[in-house]
Formats: sequence, structure tokens, C-alpha cells
Amino acid sequence: MRRVVITGAGTINALGHTVSETFEAFREGRCGIGELNIRDVERLSIRIGGQVLDYDPEAHFNRQQIALYDRFTQFTLLAARQAIEQSGLNFDGTLGYDSGVVLGTAAGGTTTWDENYRAVYEEGKNRVHPFVVPKLMNSAAASHVSMEWNLRGPAFTVSTACASSNHAMGQAFQMVRSGMCKAMVTGGSEAMLCFGGIKAWEGLRVMSRDACRPFSANRNGMVQGEGAGVFVFEDYDHARARGAEMLAEVIGFAMSSDASDIVMPSQQGAERAITGALRDARLNPEDVGYINAHGTGTAANDKTESAAVAHAFGHHADRLMMSSTKSMHGHLIGGTGAVELLACIMALKDGVIAPTIGYEEHDPECALDVVPNVAREAKVDVCLSNAFAFGGLNAVIALRRAA
Amino acid sequence: MTASVQDRIIAIIAEQAVLDPEQVLPGSSLEDLGIDSLGLVESIFAIEEAFDITVPFNANDPQQSEFDISSVAAIARAVEKLIADQKG
Repeated sequence: MRRVVITGAGTINALGHTVSETFEAFREGRCGIGELNIRDVERLSIRIGGQVLDYDPEAHFNRQQIALYDRFTQFTLLAARQAIEQSGLNFDGTLGYDSGVVLGTAAGGTTTWDENYRAVYEEGKNRVHPFVVPKLMNSAAASHVSMEWNLRGPAFTVSTACASSNHAMGQAFQMVRSGMCKAMVTGGSEAMLCFGGIKAWEGLRVMSRDACRPFSANRNGMVQGEGAGVFVFEDYDHARARGAEMLAEVIGFAMSSDASDIVMPSQQGAERAITGALRDARLNPEDVGYINAHGTGTAANDKTESAAVAHAFGHHADRLMMSSTKSMHGHLIGGTGAVELLACIMALKDGVIAPTIGYEEHDPECALDVVPNVAREAKVDVCLSNAFAFGGLNAVIALRRAA
Repeated sequence: MTASVQDRIIAIIAEQAVLDPEQVLPGSSLEDLGIDSLGLVESIFAIEEAFDITVPFNANDPQQSEFDISSVAAIARAVEKLIADQKG
């Protein structure tokens, strides 16, 4: 089996348009959640979200590209460009045949669906733009990344609700580890902060109207975010031979299915994914210093996740740190695991643990060290990143500090 | 004569619980009737649609919501109040 390292990272999310801006916000415990500025917001009962602000598509893409790129594809391409530039890889030659792209998204081109449903149902139009289908398909972003950078190997999109990005990165990891590919562009994206995208979530009655406060006793629900996180996963020997900077090593991955309920999480399912990732990475529980939690801020997730971690780690659960950065960037649904992997990279590389902000009251059912409100300096060798999706689809990634 | 608010609530809950309306008593709690968290959210939605009202309800903490769901009769009283507040 090959070793796998991360040699590039990119993002755009509510905290910033780059990795360094996002790290700065993590360090400062800054909140990117605010009043939504979208069409028909007055008809929503949930009016907050982690929106990407100061974003002008025309600053990055020409008119023909915008006609083909939904917002989730735009975010993906911007994050992928940062990641690939940082990696220094050029896929134009034979490397392009040995490399691919696996991305996660839960909902794909939601904004395109929303705008065109308005046109035909609300405005009564009988004609839509010719590119509606290629724009809204969940795999559009993966295709555009493959075209932009000549990635001619495996290319597809994974859709497992809130675990999409972790499942995608898990596939990419396994492809490089098995020797099937030299490098994989991977991560995920979501852009459903439009009227229909929020209205749908509103219906489930699990959204907070004021803030995302993971693990806090007075938490009252999740807050949606948007954006993308994209990484370059590369064969360690390949990266080393060319002297590439390694941001972290990917050392393990596991998935599990609760096989029980379409919305309620299961402690056992989550725990099996966590212990599976430890086993896959050949780790002892004591090796793990930080966990980026799924931490949605709902009553059900946070207590179930805390119980799963407590049980999986035993005594060590009281010594490790676990935070939810969703409190700052919101829940990016299918893109969330990708942006959250950045917090793991920051912990390993810079020795700074991103906090769980908005934390106000201790909850005995979430009695772990959730790094409340203020970032913390700590030397960490190994991190886990959790994702536990609706429908009981769990995916956990393990990272180690690059040696 | 139109059905009372309570009778209409009973009909909605009976349908959700897959029971005959006669089996749904004013003192019954939703747990007694076998309605789980998803069933509860669906019932609230059905009530909002039937009475054209907005019910303040957050599934993260059903007990703390302003809307009393402790029994069928409590729900009926809460709905009557919402109708008066929102449509009066």
C-alpha cells in the first residue's frame, strides 16, 4: 500500500475566500453566520446562514462559463485552482492519465433548479436556457474540474447528504493508497442558500433562528452554510521525489451505515466508523489529539456524537479535544467535511485548535473538551474528521502530521 | 355544523398514528399513540395546513417550544389560541 499526503488545499466559504483567510477566522473564533441576503428572504422563517460574501462571479469567470457553472461549480473551481496551484502539479502530460477527481455534494445545482422552477412555475414561462441540465447535475463540478486540469482518470461525484465530502475524500484516498492513481483532486461543495434550498430545510424544524451552538446545552438547531473545500491527495513517494510541501498525511478512512433511521443518528453506527478509521490507520485511541466533530448543533446529533466518541475512546475521551467549526462557517451539507478537514490540517501543521464558538452552557450529555469559544495552541500528531449523514451514512477520515 | 378544533386535531393525529379517531382520546399523549419524532413533525405540518396557521415548533427541543404537545387536548387548546392570535 502507498502512503498518501495532501499537497494542496483550497476553499471558499463564509469565513474567507482562501485557506489562509479561513485559518485566520478559525484562530480568531470569528463567526461567518449572519442575516441572509437572498431573494424572497421575507417569506422564510429561517433568515440566517453562513453565506459567501463579497463574491462576484464575473471577477473569476467569463459570460460563457457563468452560463454553464452553477454556484456550487464556481465554488469548486475556485477552491480547486488554489489547491492545484499550491500543489505545483501539472496534469497536462502523462500525470493527467494517472490522476482524477472525486467530489462530494448533496444537492448539486440547487440554485439552477430554483431559478428555473421560478421561471416556468411562477413566471409562467415555457422556455428555459439550453444549459439547465448540464448546469444543475450533481457531477457537473467534477466534470469541469477534470476538463480544466486535464484529469483523465477516475472522475465522479459522491452524494451521501452531509457525509458527501468525507465519502468522496475516502474514495480518493483509497485510489492513491492502492496505487490506482498518482494524485486525486478531492473534496466537495454546496450552494443551497437560495429560497427553495432553505425552505426545504425549514420544513424539518431542526434549524436555529439565531445561532449554531454545538454541544452547548441551549443549542437549538443547525445553520446552513455554503462554499467548497478542495484538496490534492498525492502519492507520498511522488510528492517526495519532487520536493512538494506536505500539508498532512491521510492515514485512514472508514465508513459505516446505521441501517436504522432516515434522520435520527445512531451512536453505534457513528462509533463503528470512528473505530474503523482508527483500525484502518493502525492507531491506538491514545494517538488521537483532536477530532473535528460533525457537531451540527442539533439536540440529537451532538449528544449521539459525544456518546459515540466517549465510548470509542474510553478514558482517552477526557483527554482529547473535539470542536465543531460549523459554529463559524455553518453546515455546508455535502461540502462540509471538506471545509472541516482544513481545521484538522491547521491543528497538525500550525498547532492551533479551532474552537467551538457560541458555546454558552455545559451539557452533561456532551461532556467532552469542545474547545469552547477560544482557539487553543496544542501539539497534535493525529486528527479525525467525523461526518454522520442523514440516513445513517457515516464516514471518518484520519490524518497525521506530515513527517 | 363544522367539526370542533379538537375533533379535527384528533382526525389528523389518528391518521398519523394509523388509528381510528375513537382510539385517540383527549388525554392521550403522542408517545401513547406511537407517534415518533418524524411523525410529530408531520402532524405539526398537517395542523398548519388544516388551520392555515404557523405553529412555533423546534424539533430540537419539543418540550421547550411555546407550543404545548403534552396531550391531544393540550394541542387543541394551543391551536385554538394560535387561531385566535393569528386570524383574530
